Amino acid sequence: MQTSTTATRGTRDSRRHTPKADMSGVYQRAIRESFVKLDPRIVVRNPVMFIVWVGTIVTLLVTIDPNLFGTVSADAGNQRLLNGLITLILFLTVLFANFAEAVAEGRGKAQADSLRSTRSDTVARKLLPNGSIQEVSSTELRRGDQVQVVAGDMIPADGEVVRGIASVDESAITGESAPVLKQPGTDISSSVTGGTRILSDELIINVTSDPGQGFIDRMIALVEGAERTKTPNEIALTVLLTVLTLVFLIVVATVSPLANYVEAPTTIAILISLLVALIPTTIGGLLSAIGIAGMDRVAQFNVIATSGRAVEACGDVNTLVLDKTGTITLGNRLADEFIPVNGHSVEELAQVALAASVFDETPEGKSIVQLAEREYQAKVGFDRSTAEGVEFSARTRMSGTDLPNGREIRKGAVDAVKGFVRSRGGKIPAEIDEAYARVSRLGGTPLAVCQDGEMYGVIYLKDIVKAGLRERFDQLRRMGVKTIMLTGDNAITASVIAQEAGVDDFIAEATPEDKIDVIRREQNEGKLVAMTGDGTNDAPALAQANVGVAMNSGTQAAKEAANMVDLDSDPTKLIDLVAIGKQLLITRGALTTFSIANDIAKYFAIIPTIFAAAGIGALNIMGLKSPQSAIISALIYNALIIPALIPLALKGVQFRPLTANQLLRRNILIYGVGGVIAPFIAIKLIDLIIPFS
Amino acid sequence: MLQGWIQIGLTLLILVAITPLFGGYMARVYQEEKTFFDRILNPLDRLLYSAIGVQPKENMTGWQYARAAISSNIVMALLIFFLIMNQGWLPLNPTRVPAPTWDTALHTTISFITNTNQQHYSGETYLSYGSQMLGLGYHMFTSAATGLAVGIAFIRGLTGKPLGNFYVDLIRSITRILLPISIVGAIALLAAGVPETLAGVVVVPTLEDPAVSQAIARGPVAHYEFIKELGENGGGFFAINSAHPFENPNGFTNLVQLVAILSVPSSLIYTYGVFANNIKQALLVYLIPLSILVGFVILTAIAEYNGNPAVNALLNVDQAPNLEGKEVRFGWAQSALYAVITTASMCGAINSLHDSFMPNGGFATLSNMFLQIVFGGQGTGTAYLFAYLLLAVFVTGLMVGRTPEFLGRKIEKREVVLASFLILLVHPIAILIPGAITMAFPDQLSGISNPGFHGLSQVMYEYASAAANNGSGFEGLGDSQPSPIAIAGGAETSTTALWWNLSTCFSLLAGRYIPIVSLLLLADGLSRKQPVPETVGTLRTDTGLFTGVTAGVILILGALTFFPILALGPIAEAFLISRGIG
Repeated sequence: MQTSTTATRGTRDSRRHTPKADMSGVYQRAIRESFVKLDPRIVVRNPVMFIVWVGTIVTLLVTIDPNLFGTVSADAGNQRLLNGLITLILFLTVLFANFAEAVAEGRGKAQADSLRSTRSDTVARKLLPNGSIQEVSSTELRRGDQVQVVAGDMIPADGEVVRGIASVDESAITGESAPVLKQPGTDISSSVTGGTRILSDELIINVTSDPGQGFIDRMIALVEGAERTKTPNEIALTVLLTVLTLVFLIVVATVSPLANYVEAPTTIAILISLLVALIPTTIGGLLSAIGIAGMDRVAQFNVIATSGRAVEACGDVNTLVLDKTGTITLGNRLADEFIPVNGHSVEELAQVALAASVFDETPEGKSIVQLAEREYQAKVGFDRSTAEGVEFSARTRMSGTDLPNGREIRKGAVDAVKGFVRSRGGKIPAEIDEAYARVSRLGGTPLAVCQDGEMYGVIYLKDIVKAGLRERFDQLRRMGVKTIMLTGDNAITASVIAQEAGVDDFIAEATPEDKIDVIRREQNEGKLVAMTGDGTNDAPALAQANVGVAMNSGTQAAKEAANMVDLDSDPTKLIDLVAIGKQLLITRGALTTFSIANDIAKYFAIIPTIFAAAGIGALNIMGLKSPQSAIISALIYNALIIPALIPLALKGVQFRPLTANQLLRRNILIYGVGGVIAPFIAIKLIDLIIPFS
Repeated sequence: MLQGWIQIGLTLLILVAITPLFGGYMARVYQEEKTFFDRILNPLDRLLYSAIGVQPKENMTGWQYARAAISSNIVMALLIFFLIMNQGWLPLNPTRVPAPTWDTALHTTISFITNTNQQHYSGETYLSYGSQMLGLGYHMFTSAATGLAVGIAFIRGLTGKPLGNFYVDLIRSITRILLPISIVGAIALLAAGVPETLAGVVVVPTLEDPAVSQAIARGPVAHYEFIKELGENGGGFFAINSAHPFENPNGFTNLVQLVAILSVPSSLIYTYGVFANNIKQALLVYLIPLSILVGFVILTAIAEYNGNPAVNALLNVDQAPNLEGKEVRFGWAQSALYAVITTASMCGAINSLHDSFMPNGGFATLSNMFLQIVFGGQGTGTAYLFAYLLLAVFVTGLMVGRTPEFLGRKIEKREVVLASFLILLVHPIAILIPGAITMAFPDQLSGISNPGFHGLSQVMYEYASAAANNGSGFEGLGDSQPSPIAIAGGAETSTTALWWNLSTCFSLLAGRYIPIVSLLLLADGLSRKQPVPETVGTLRTDTGLFTGVTAGVILILGALTFFPILALGPIAEAFLISRGIG
């Protein structure tokens, strides 16, 4: 089973960085963009704003000639001023909505620009079938071509390393400055990305993508939002907003003859104002900004989502399928305890274990040295230069040291060491099996230690669960997300780790097929499943999962199959992605609720004042000064609330890992009840401020 | 005063008390569990199924169900239209009434087929006994059963079950629910003094002057009366409906009628609870319409009790009940209660003239019909209520950070399209557009008897009543053609009546069949969705909090749409009266 090789990379906040995006020009560009987006062909994509836009044109016409749609009673000069003001506010409303979208897009564009700078044309040395080298432009490379790159070159295209070992600087895409070692055959570290730079040595690369379709190209398109399509939930919400707009269009269009009948006539500009106040302009103006910002938040986390749909799906995830190694545990087992046998003291065992590990460069070996030296003051009692290290091999399953005096010290899998002891004519004490069983029960890995035919004891190697994971899993449980751990370990070891980490379920001795099976099983129950993976054999499971996050260090196949790629290759990020997905949906719901709840106040501001002639002035509970002032105040509120909420739309509503009911109570209180009350206060204040009588 | 409130309170208490019993019974009927009538009725059912060629076990898709409902309605409509247009020579016509005008016949047909029973005619002078009994009486069963069937199919789909078979549901609605209860109810009314006869008009000398004789209309009233209430039909045998002493002679018959009117739509919410295996949710949802209903009853009754200040000033009293347009045997309390309940439930029977109510009554009755969920129509009211619930889930459900889901089924584009179209758009189209046209040409089209705010209420009430399939009238409009006898005597037909007949036909049809199709498609789609298991991350819809949220959504999305009308109609009128100009 594939495991990730990446260890922890620090806290969530230290990971939050956008690679080299220049944000300074975003706002100027957004202001420019908001005017470009006034193009009716663009506005029409947003039905709510399109109505406002059409309304603006009509009010502009009645500003020029107030009597265009029939004579109005009041004097034309006064009418012109009012209509002009209405036109201006409506125009600003459209502009603000455009601005919200442009700011959200701008952040992605800035990121895209910095990525694009890495994609400049380079000269590639293409290997011809006859072995000679031809210099071609990187844009001429096709899938299947082989190229040679040497230290200092920009890698011209995505590909797989065929020959050579070299270190590559991938900071252009990951923001991580430490170079990465690339070599052929090793699934994970054999894939290279176009636009990254080779720092040492040389590589022969098999190109795996055609020009314009490489990883960086796709990333640019994604962060830029060029391929942005509305997510299913966004579409559904747009439908609702469109229906609401239509409803209010009918309401306002039909109110005119009724008002005339009861001798409380009104003007077209005022009716349009009423319409614009009632239709859900707030959410209509911010909807696409919320979606883009959601993608952007994911991108700031150094995760590239292939679609907004994938980000949304994160919020819906019911089950996380997590690899044990690298995700839940640090990936390295560390020595925790020495268990002596055969009457040896623990100090003797530590001494021998130290001797067995001095040449062992693996983290396990280093941890044994550390434990022996620190806890038991063990010393190396021989000359290192004359001793010889014995490397671990899959055949012997042991490593150790051959001392100058001819003694052979070994440590390794208990069975293997037992065999070694027997071959040297030693006896196997019964305690060794007890120690073995004890360590296994604890979920650890036992390593036996011997010197020639003499068994010294067992080293308890412990799997270390990453710090803070237990709390994260508790949070997930409170959000209703179940976690399943997959591991190649046996059931006993797996259950101990599962308990320690606090996952809900685990699958021991898992194969890549098990991964797909568990995903399918969960999906058959109607659940949405998220998982991470990096190896080629993870690709089917990544494709099967509703949210598949591939590690950037992973193979091309894994990245193709996934719908998200984590540039930092940190599998624990999956947990953060769930929170980001939820935050996106909550933000959308909160602003929709707020927008609709606002209608009560707007009704009470406008209807009583414009139909004052019908004697319903008593409904003017806000005590607004005059019909003109009421209309202008409501419209100003309506327009200003959009830019006021842009920061919230971009940042997202604060997310807390609470149960659904707690979340609903909290958000209904803030955005529902708040949405009813806030405009009453705001409209009244605006009415007091503006010098309109 | 106290007596009036006690009457109101007891009636509502009885209604609430029968809800679980009747709701549970309906659940048994539609889940095909054993019921009391099986022994006699099962063979009858089987006979009917084989006669019409229905495989009772065959479930229908949403489209099939809707097609079956609509096509059977069309056949029945053609039948009744034929019957009315030919009543002149058909039997059962002792008063020898000729056929009414075609537009009256068309409006009557559509009005009855849609379970509305809006009457632009007077029963006793426009229609023969045959037309009333065979044409209209028959429709009172089938149109009610159609609504019930759609409602039950919706509940099935919502709770993830197959929709069932329209013909089976239609037949079982009639044979297990409407018919048996109607028989018992009709006998009760008969015992309380409601006539049931095929004999024609009786001519008697008046008490005041024996030399003067009076013709008293009568007919087969009792059986017609009960299904009129139980099936939410509301079309009276006599022009003045349940105000007529032969339809509703006393307090007991009034109570029987009120209970019959509200029993099906309110109990159906409990039936939902049984289907969803979540009685708690049913009871919470039940509180929404119940509290609106109680609120409206109190609002209306207080105003009727206090009376019109202008009239009181003339009488030199502080308070005197407003009895204009009311039967003294019912008084302010039972009249107010009846008016609110009949408009809440889309029955449309009346025992007093809604036109004469204080503006509070106009506000309550209009709002009832705008909302359509204060228990609402037969079957459809419950469905609307849950469609609102779906919308509430969609709008606020996002705030828990998941794609909104109801009973584990995701609410996506299709559901939002159908639900929002259904409960947000159809009603404004069917009420506001024809209403605005009428108000734009008041002289040519409306024939309004009162100018100003009250006239506006009259017009909007008529369309609201048609679109909500209620059928009651505020009255005071020139919406009736002269009676067939008068036309035979040379009376001119009226243009305003033609306009009213045709424009309300539009509202009637739009308010009935667009929702039926949408509801069935909505239910069908939901029933096919793979349910998502519930976790603590799932929005629970059976909590007080969410019920409150739903009420808020109903208020903002359902009621505020009609706020301008209410403001320019009853609210403006109320302010007018309170200023002492009434």
